[in-house]
Amino acid sequence: MSRQSVAKAHQKIQELSWEPAYHEPVSHYGTDYTFRKAKKKDPLKQVLRSYFPMQEEKDHRVYGAEDGAIRGNMFRQVQERWLEWQKLFLSIIPLPEISAARAMPLLFRTVPNPELHNGQAIQMIDEVRHSTIQQNLKRLYMQNYIDPAGFNSSLRNFQNDYCGTIGRQFAEGFITGDAITAASIYLTIVAETAFTNTLFVAMPAEAAANGDYLLPTVFHSVQSDESRHISNGYATLLMALSDESNHQLLARDLRYAWWNNHRVVDAAIGTFIEYGTKDRRKDRESYAEMWRRWIYDDYYRSYLVPLEKYGLEIPHDLIEESWNQIWHKGYVHEVAQFFATGWLANYWRIDPMTDEDFEWFEHKYPGWYNKYGKWWENYNRLSVPNGHNPIALEDVDYVYPHRCWTCMVPCLVREDMVVDKVDGQWRTYCHEACRWTDAEAFRPTYQGRSTPNMGQLIGSREWETLYHGWNWADIVSDMGFVRDDGKTLVAQPHLDLDPKKMWTLDHLRRCPPLQSPNVVLNEMTDEERAAFQADYNRQGPAGRPAGSVS
Amino acid sequence: MTTTQERSVPKPVFTDAEAGAREFPDSNARKFNYFVSAKRKQSHYEDVTVEVQPDPRHYLAQGWLYGFSDGKGGYPLEWTVLKAWGTDRPEPVRGPGSGGQGYEWPAHGWHEFRDPNEEWELTLYRYNANVVRQLNQNIEAAKRAKAFEQWSSNWVQFVAQHIGAWMHVNHGLGLYLFANANRRAPTNMHNNAISVNSMHKIRSAQDLALYNLTLSEEIDGFDGTAHVEAWNSDPVWQGVREVAEQLTGIDDWCEAIFAANIVFEPLIGELFRSNLVQQAAPGNGDFVTPTLIGAEEYDYAERDLRYTKPMFQLLIDDREFAEHNRRHLEQWLAAWVPRCLNAARTLQPLWSLPDAKPPRFEDALDRSKNRFSGILSDMDLRVPKELDQ
Ligand SMILES: [Fe+2]
Ligand SMILES: [Fe+2]
Repeated sequence: MSRQSVAKAHQKIQELSWEPAYHEPVSHYGTDYTFRKAKKKDPLKQVLRSYFPMQEEKDHRVYGAEDGAIRGNMFRQVQERWLEWQKLFLSIIPLPEISAARAMPLLFRTVPNPELHNGQAIQMIDEVRHSTIQQNLKRLYMQNYIDPAGFNSSLRNFQNDYCGTIGRQFAEGFITGDAITAASIYLTIVAETAFTNTLFVAMPAEAAANGDYLLPTVFHSVQSDESRHISNGYATLLMALSDESNHQLLARDLRYAWWNNHRVVDAAIGTFIEYGTKDRRKDRESYAEMWRRWIYDDYYRSYLVPLEKYGLEIPHDLIEESWNQIWHKGYVHEVAQFFATGWLANYWRIDPMTDEDFEWFEHKYPGWYNKYGKWWENYNRLSVPNGHNPIALEDVDYVYPHRCWTCMVPCLVREDMVVDKVDGQWRTYCHEACRWTDAEAFRPTYQGRSTPNMGQLIGSREWETLYHGWNWADIVSDMGFVRDDGKTLVAQPHLDLDPKKMWTLDHLRRCPPLQSPNVVLNEMTDEERAAFQADYNRQGPAGRPAGSVS
Repeated sequence: MTTTQERSVPKPVFTDAEAGAREFPDSNARKFNYFVSAKRKQSHYEDVTVEVQPDPRHYLAQGWLYGFSDGKGGYPLEWTVLKAWGTDRPEPVRGPGSGGQGYEWPAHGWHEFRDPNEEWELTLYRYNANVVRQLNQNIEAAKRAKAFEQWSSNWVQFVAQHIGAWMHVNHGLGLYLFANANRRAPTNMHNNAISVNSMHKIRSAQDLALYNLTLSEEIDGFDGTAHVEAWNSDPVWQGVREVAEQLTGIDDWCEAIFAANIVFEPLIGELFRSNLVQQAAPGNGDFVTPTLIGAEEYDYAERDLRYTKPMFQLLIDDREFAEHNRRHLEQWLAAWVPRCLNAARTLQPLWSLPDAKPPRFEDALDRSKNRFSGILSDMDLRVPKELDQ
């Protein structure tokens, strides 16, 4: 279509919106935001006559590349270190995608702008696309990569594993609670506008460096839909801003959404990019460098800050603190170390780090070796079963962490951990911002203002509680992370597929039982708890016990 | 001598990480093992669809993590009054040492639904891209053939007002009934099928709108805004408009899909499309409009109805709640059949507008009623007495 006819087509489809005359559509979702005075903003327009063929054309390229990769034996050049982490990533991501589809109707009745609704419906079907195209990629990996274990049980794994639970927030945050908090601020303004760059651009680039060019093909195709979604969110945000009574809620939601996205996405994607790669060229960007460019400069400085003049209260302190966490407090390294500590409860294999990796880390993050080097040497030493237990149960100067009740990543920057009694239960939080999210933000009143539509944190949020007192062999069997010989674990702390070098249930059987940190915390007296917290805050870096020399 | 700086690029490495390179436990386990397929072989559609939306009754060990203000998370089964076997069993309770086991998969009957259209991204884009491509070609060919010049001024007006008015039905239901319902059902198979249905409706609304635009450009005196006027104030359309709005007001997602696809579509949608437009257009020299309306008819008859029937059939035949479900479905029929019949009758004046008349309204309505009865008898549901009104 010519540009002129595209413009006319857009104009024409505006005639489709109409206001009800006899019956109101059902109102399933609530919000504490108001749009009474909001001026309507137009999102990017999309006409299905051009949309469907455009998407089909993108599909041709994706599926053509997939056929080509198989014919060209791509898997002969794929790094196992990298593809193992895709067992985690691709078990998580289809759910956030489909949840974004499900989230769209939350906005129909709450944002009174029919012109937006059309864009939201197209986003809905885009997200169906993303979810199924990613499932399909995972299926292809399962069929063609050397080790299908963990891909073949993907969605069961994801649903009962603690890493899945961390990732699941990225989905459930979109579809519940206050409709605007969920489907607009958390999903569109923060998750899509800020964090899809690391998810769908930085990570695919790393995949390509590890011999996998299908992940980039699929995820760049996904990312190409993102600008329309960002435009939907921006139009909604401007409408919300034009009503001053929303400013307090916007400030709250941006704090929560920013911090939660940072905790969850940086934990996962940071680990994949820094610890899942074999590409140790010194001039390739580190996660911290990418984060600085895409999230700090492009999102924070260029997208958020200009909105300040319209009254948007930006969480400058939390954005600076996220950078501080990544750059000074080793957030990504602490998370990767924890995932590797807990390898036995997972469903993928984690490759030990080598001298070449050490050198790269030291180059990119000066001081890295002194903090983490020794532990990774121990990881390597303990990777093949030889009469010892998995590293989590050996003495390697590592204190098993408590979990954050809010973001469910463990409290790994030990000095930041806070304890609070909330809803009658003692809970640990990785940072004050996570305590605030649970104790203050997700409540029916906020700073004295009634917020009856705000959601709740629910569920059995500490994974270890479920297995308190259990033997590790029973835990892993209960979750189903066992291979088809009935005893070899799906997870391994190395990449050697020689069955004699792989861990089995028998190795776990002789380990001491799991203790739930939260159950233990709630059994403490006040003095014990105070002493526990004081000690915990003195631990680290790299999970070292309090008082040890770092 | 000049030296060339070597570009920094990752080097390919031979890893031999392809399937079959070694034998070890699970080395041949190349099927998703967390669900039972409907047929003997797992389909591609199932692989990309089943279990993406989790359920605390089987694998979701820690339960839903975020809830609405009433504390409900995820996809509550009580968002419809209909029940599938297993629905009434409580969610597994978790606590210290509880473990993570739920009920054996699928835990309840909702997970047994499969979309017979097997819709996922590849199929839905292929299908809809084909439709819009074909329609564009038809309209282009008609323009070149000066096909619109044969239309009488009476037919031009009919198309502008009344075929134009139909776009509003599709748009309203597409957004506020179908897209809305894609948040409500308990499995990914339901919600994906429903979202594809939504896109059919929104696409066909836009097909009609853009066709209307073309006609404004091609035909002198074609009033491109007459459809808005007809929808807003022509008494002929107010019955249909009222029932369409009432459909978007339904709280229960099963009732919404059932009322729209089992009652409204045969009694009003097909009445208008197949038994009015498709019958009247050829006699009035119009062979273009039927291709648009025919595409929409195909969406409904061959795709949307095709998934809706098994979706409800499972519930009608449910091993635990068949009677319960049948009772509610029959109540819904008793409520929606009269509403739709009344709305259908308000359309009657349309039958006498064209110069070349279509078959009589009463015959058209009889055909629609027969089609509707046929759908019900396929599903083993009783035809409600209200149909004879
Ligand atoms: Fe997406
Ligand atoms: Fe946290």
